Amino acid sequence: MSALAFNRYGVWAIYRFELQRFARTLVQSLITPVISTSLYFVVFGAAIGSRMSDVGGVSYGAFIVPGLIMLTLFSESISNGSFGIYIQKFTGTIFEVLSAPVSFVEVVTAFVGAAATKSVILGLVILGTAKLFVPIEIQHPVWMLAFLFLTSSSFSLLGFILGLWAKGWEQLSIVPMLIVTPLTFLGGAFYSIDMLPKTWQTIALFNPVVYLISGFRWSFYGQADVDVVASLAATLAFFGLCLFTVAWIFRTGYRLKN
Amino acid sequence: MSMSPVLSIAGLTKTYDSGLQALKKIDLEINRGEIFALLGPNGAGKTTLINIVCGIVRPSTGKVTVAGHDILRDFRATRQKIGLVPQELATNMFETVLTEMTYSRGLFGYPASPAHLEKVLRDLSLWEKRNDKIMTLSGGMKRRVMIAKALAHEPEVLFLDEPTAGVDVELRRDMWALVRRLREGGVTVILTTHYIEEAEEMADRIGVITKGELILVEDKATLLKKLGKKQLTLHLQEQLSAVPIELAEWKVQLSPSGYELIYVFDASAERKGISSLLQRMGDLGIVYKDLNTEQSSLEDIFVGLVHENRSGT
Ligand SMILES: Nc1ncnc2c1ncn2[C@@H]1O[C@H](COP(=O)(O)OP(=O)(O)O)[C@@H](O)[C@H]1O
Ligand SMILES: [Mg+2]
Repeated sequence: MSALAFNRYGVWAIYRFELQRFARTLVQSLITPVISTSLYFVVFGAAIGSRMSDVGGVSYGAFIVPGLIMLTLFSESISNGSFGIYIQKFTGTIFEVLSAPVSFVEVVTAFVGAAATKSVILGLVILGTAKLFVPIEIQHPVWMLAFLFLTSSSFSLLGFILGLWAKGWEQLSIVPMLIVTPLTFLGGAFYSIDMLPKTWQTIALFNPVVYLISGFRWSFYGQADVDVVASLAATLAFFGLCLFTVAWIFRTGYRLKN
Repeated sequence: MSMSPVLSIAGLTKTYDSGLQALKKIDLEINRGEIFALLGPNGAGKTTLINIVCGIVRPSTGKVTVAGHDILRDFRATRQKIGLVPQELATNMFETVLTEMTYSRGLFGYPASPAHLEKVLRDLSLWEKRNDKIMTLSGGMKRRVMIAKALAHEPEVLFLDEPTAGVDVELRRDMWALVRRLREGGVTVILTTHYIEEAEEMADRIGVITKGELILVEDKATLLKKLGKKQLTLHLQEQLSAVPIELAEWKVQLSPSGYELIYVFDASAERKGISSLLQRMGDLGIVYKDLNTEQSSLEDIFVGLVHENRSGT
């Protein structure tokens, strides 16, 4: 038997296991976000949106679609990315992964890959749902997918880190609530940041979420709050930061091995 | 069968972050194909030792090799050869038995092999339950699932950490039978236990660990012979009030009733001691109507050893 260089069977085992859990909870995994997104459209798109003026030539209902998808991607990626590893720590089944011939890179690839896969599927389902309510055009589909993948992966990584770090269920839910939700709402999901007062516009530019949403919206309608290159750079930087953190955690065995 | 050790541990120590030193310089070699029992009281460091070899706990110092591969540098090679049944029951309760086994085999880097999984499942009387969710199984069955998972990737070395703690008699017997079958198939089995009868029943060799120190490693038979004390009890015809001075050199003891003389001797000591004792008694006119001997079990040896070690340090 030759030594493994890359344990593809191992990565596949974890990846498939995670997706199976997703399939088992398909209803709550898909239906909940789809329903809540639909409600957003009913309220913001139809009820309020009809009284809102177009943003840069795009109807308000259509304008909020990319932001809404991003909103869901953020929270779902974090929760998917954190849950898989956390539940293994919680139940003790993590011993098997720790004693298996899988490297940390492989473990991360499998868990984060599975979480990101779910998020991408979810994003596309929401996009499909939105299409039922408002007309949507996608000017740069390749970029749209690129932002979708990158964002899903980055936030799944962030979730994974959270899952490694969390000592209890409260910690697991508090980070998305305390950090991600406000950043998202202040990130221009429902408005263009040039609709904000001047000072707030400047402050908003320090919010990384602004870049992600802006870039994603640009891939739809060709208009953005910030330069799309800046958006891409910010997305990649965020992704890199998460990768770096996870590598550091692994090197130190932080909270996984004594 | 090659006699080169399948597991070699040299100068291994472990100090947990809490500052607690769980292992103090362990040296140990395990031969291929043997059943080795690591015997020691709770908190001795048995699980720590196993977890280090399996990659779950990081060693502080020392070197561990499995089939010649370093557990840190060549972790893929060593871990592919090792199976672990941990002390605690930990498995995904929502999965079926077969799904869990398929997962375990893949995790350890092997392509699917339904035939092998079937063999293991049948061996463990789990085949009928293969499509049952694990949470619906009884405690004993769940333990079998843990073993099945550990065997899913055909390990050369199997670690069983307290395999029969809190397990019913039937499962314990099945487990012992399984371990013997595995050994026949060339698998090396290392088990920890604080039940002496288990070590006595199963092991080829025994290591005694206490407070992070391996105080003894010995062939079971040698251990019993070397350390086993035998006791000869002579039931006397007539009551004695004291041990006659002529019998002092045998250090015999008189029971409180005065009707039994008790002579304790090492198993290695020749029969000569007994026959000369009996001869001297005949000379003295002490008549016995019956006699019997008892051999100390591993339990007595173990208690003696641990006790000695405690008072020694
Ligand atoms: N994660 C840990 N952190 C700190 N101390 C630990 C940890 N795990 C075990 N110990 C301590 O190390 C010692 C050895 O434990 P263990 O190896 O589980 O013993 P055994 O398996 O022989 O009962 C015990 O004193 C235990 O409390
Ligand atoms: Mg233990």
